[in-house]
Amino acid sequence: MLIPHPLLGPRDSAEFTYLGDASLIARPDGMSDGADEAFYDYLYLRDNPAGIHRELWFHEQGDRSWLVVTRNTLTHEILGAELARDVAMAQRNTPEAKA
Amino acid sequence: MPDLTLAPRSALGGTEPRIDQIGGITLTERPDIALASLAARRGKAPALDKAIAPLLGAALPDISASSGAGDIRAFWTGPDQWILRAPYGSHEDLAAQVKSAVGNAGSVTEQSDAWAGFSLMGDDLTGVLELLARVDPASLRDGTALRSQIHHIGCFLICESALSELLIFGPRSSAASLHHALISAIRSAESLRPAPSQS
Repeated sequence: MLIPHPLLGPRDSAEFTYLGDASLIARPDGMSDGADEAFYDYLYLRDNPAGIHRELWFHEQGDRSWLVVTRNTLTHEILGAELARDVAMAQRNTPEAKA
Repeated sequence: MPDLTLAPRSALGGTEPRIDQIGGITLTERPDIALASLAARRGKAPALDKAIAPLLGAALPDISASSGAGDIRAFWTGPDQWILRAPYGSHEDLAAQVKSAVGNAGSVTEQSDAWAGFSLMGDDLTGVLELLARVDPASLRDGTALRSQIHHIGCFLICESALSELLIFGPRSSAASLHHALISAIRSAESLRPAPSQS
């Protein structure tokens, strides 16, 4: 399985480690009102889609960047990859957008 | 003042760098290289490029590349991250030199003692490379710098001269394992090489 690294081109998936759902980027503010509820959602409640899924992968045996990889969970087809820091920056600029 | 006579040891434990000659390929241990990591602080990448230019004699290298005009050279390790290298004899304090040049535009760490360096030299290293790492030998150019896995060890590969001279840095604590992997690959590749014709 190849992952199309946005900087380095196609790389073997064995160079990567998997973390989980890309919504983990949107960590709630622990000091805000309703933080308990927000962290309960953040930690325990996940969508488990049969189909397109956005997830965090770490290029451990490469440039050590975090990627948001879009994968089809039914076919394992990799549909795209972008730098997680770009995704996080874009989210910071539009806080209502979810990963 | 006591008279200290401490002899430095290389990563493989010798008092002299280890040199292995197998067929047409030479593997040399390289304790003579000083290393320092450099990372741009948030939003400071342009300032960092400007600050490092007098020391490096060039711009910081782009993705998977190297740069440098004199003793100090840099290679890319990740987004906004590089490693600088220089001869250890003249730049033992490389990290301090880099830090004083870049100020608060970048973060610097001393890396010389963290890595074991090896030079791989030969007419054609294609066969060895194919056995060692997930790297396409044909894609290598002079100065290409990659991070990859050799024998389950995360290593930097820097092409001094494409397919004839390669610099490999692996974690110093795994120096002997890396050396074993390199020697095994060289032996295998050299044994597969067609013998020169007897005509």
